[in-house]
Amino acid sequence: MSFIKSYKAKKRIGTTLLYILVIIMLIFYIFPFYYAITSSISPNSELFSKSIKLFPKHPTFKNYILVFTERPFHQNILNSIIIAGATTILSLIFGAFAGYAVARLKIPGKVAIMSMILAVSMFPQVSILGALFQILRNMRLINTYPGLILPYIALNLPLTTWILHNFFKDIPISIEESAAIDGCSKFMTLWRIIIPLSAPGLVTTGLLTFIAAWNEFLFALTFMQLPEKYTVPVAIAMFSGKTFYELPWGQLMAAAVIVTLPLVILVLIFQKKIVAGLTAGAVKG
Amino acid sequence: MSAKIKIKYKKKDIWLGFWLILPAVMAIFITAFFPLLKTFWDSFFSFGLRPGIPKKFIGFDNYIRLFHDTRFMASLVNTLIFAVFSVTIEFILGLATALILNANFALRGIVRAAILIPWAIPTSVSSQMWKWMYNDQYGIVAQILYKLGWLAPGTPILSEKWSSMFAIMAVDIWKTAPFMALLLLAGLQTIPSELYEAARIDGASGWKQFTKITLPILSPTIAVALIFRTLDALRVFDIFYIMNKSVETLAVYNRHILMDRAFTGAWFGYGSAISVVIFLIISIFAIIYMRSLNLKFE
Repeated sequence: MSFIKSYKAKKRIGTTLLYILVIIMLIFYIFPFYYAITSSISPNSELFSKSIKLFPKHPTFKNYILVFTERPFHQNILNSIIIAGATTILSLIFGAFAGYAVARLKIPGKVAIMSMILAVSMFPQVSILGALFQILRNMRLINTYPGLILPYIALNLPLTTWILHNFFKDIPISIEESAAIDGCSKFMTLWRIIIPLSAPGLVTTGLLTFIAAWNEFLFALTFMQLPEKYTVPVAIAMFSGKTFYELPWGQLMAAAVIVTLPLVILVLIFQKKIVAGLTAGAVKG
Repeated sequence: MSAKIKIKYKKKDIWLGFWLILPAVMAIFITAFFPLLKTFWDSFFSFGLRPGIPKKFIGFDNYIRLFHDTRFMASLVNTLIFAVFSVTIEFILGLATALILNANFALRGIVRAAILIPWAIPTSVSSQMWKWMYNDQYGIVAQILYKLGWLAPGTPILSEKWSSMFAIMAVDIWKTAPFMALLLLAGLQTIPSELYEAARIDGASGWKQFTKITLPILSPTIAVALIFRTLDALRVFDIFYIMNKSVETLAVYNRHILMDRAFTGAWFGYGSAISVVIFLIISIFAIIYMRSLNLKFE
């Protein structure tokens, strides 16, 4: 009896310990975001006071209004949506085409093509920064959307091609064969049957691509040099106040929350798909 | 008859394949391989981005100059220190997180989604969020450190070399430990629970199960996770660029030469040489890792 009792007690201590660990872990990962939210709704008098405060006494949404009236932040958001959106759609199409060719067609040089595409994921972006700047300048693409979309496609193709290639390989070949018997050309089979069948894979890769393009900083900082052309990460990094020494931290945190909230919601909804995509890109790679 | 049809199909396939692969290859060639080759070529010249500076072939001079550039050497050392410490701590923390997430507790799904938040926040945004928390007047982290007596009140965390290095590492660790954790968790979930049951029946302690079952089976996943993170850490740019100007990494210094100095003088060739060196360093790491991985899989 006492043996069972002590076993139960031990188990209870173990569970309690586990929950304590879970809570510590959650605080560690969530707190900075929580602090950004509370800072964004704090009036300046509370924000700039030297006491540790976890929630404002007089919450206000003033900063959320100021961030759109004092700077072209809505324009920056629009830029990011267009650039990340176009990058996502185009890299999915290019990646699906290349992935299908490698997965299903009988063509020579498959390994070479795939290694070439995957090699790009190892490239340090800064190593091609200068030359890419010159190329884009010669093509008159500095300060334009295509000037960022084009490099972003190249940065994201390794992931999209790889994940979609894995997806296509798992689709039974008999589906394609019956489409061929019905007189469907290979390209039409890909466009009408294979790609729609891979919708879950497209959602995963699309999300990862969108997040990557939305978050990219180095190229955006270098190839977009006018404040109204900045993407969101650059606009936030370049945030300035009326003078050099007084950064409007409340506004800055409001901007941070505005651009992060959609991502947080996406992550919470598509958590399983994102994890599956990340691990497919890494564990199999 | 059938053989003929097969050959016919193949020819068709090649054409279709060519057109399907073309857009991807074009995009990659124009914005990745061509710039890389151009960078190699440019690194043997002396020139700038301002018109009027003559382009002169100078052979390996740019590379020789690198060895006498103390700022370059310092940024190289900073990058290596950052990579070693942050990746190591991320791995330990990521593994701990993965082990916790692998246990059974209420609301596990939500907790698992919640830890993805730091990963999803754009680096430039999280850098600013932490910069606010480190603020030497009002930041919460600074306030706590002052109250605990770990730092003299008013010490600016981000403008002194070592404190800013550690502060930046903390941000990077916070941001990427979840990624590490999820990769490792995926690996943990492939381990059949029968193995642990058998070990328990044989009387193996928890620690022994961890070192004799968990770690060996997890090692390929660990290797992949470490590769990804090390390569990322070696090219770190955003956090250092945004959070402080007193510690530089290779990428930050490289961009400074290419995009600031090259407009005032003949610095572009020199910047290209730095780019090539960064590329080579990362390639060496990538190759070493690939080799060690292959050995493990065979």
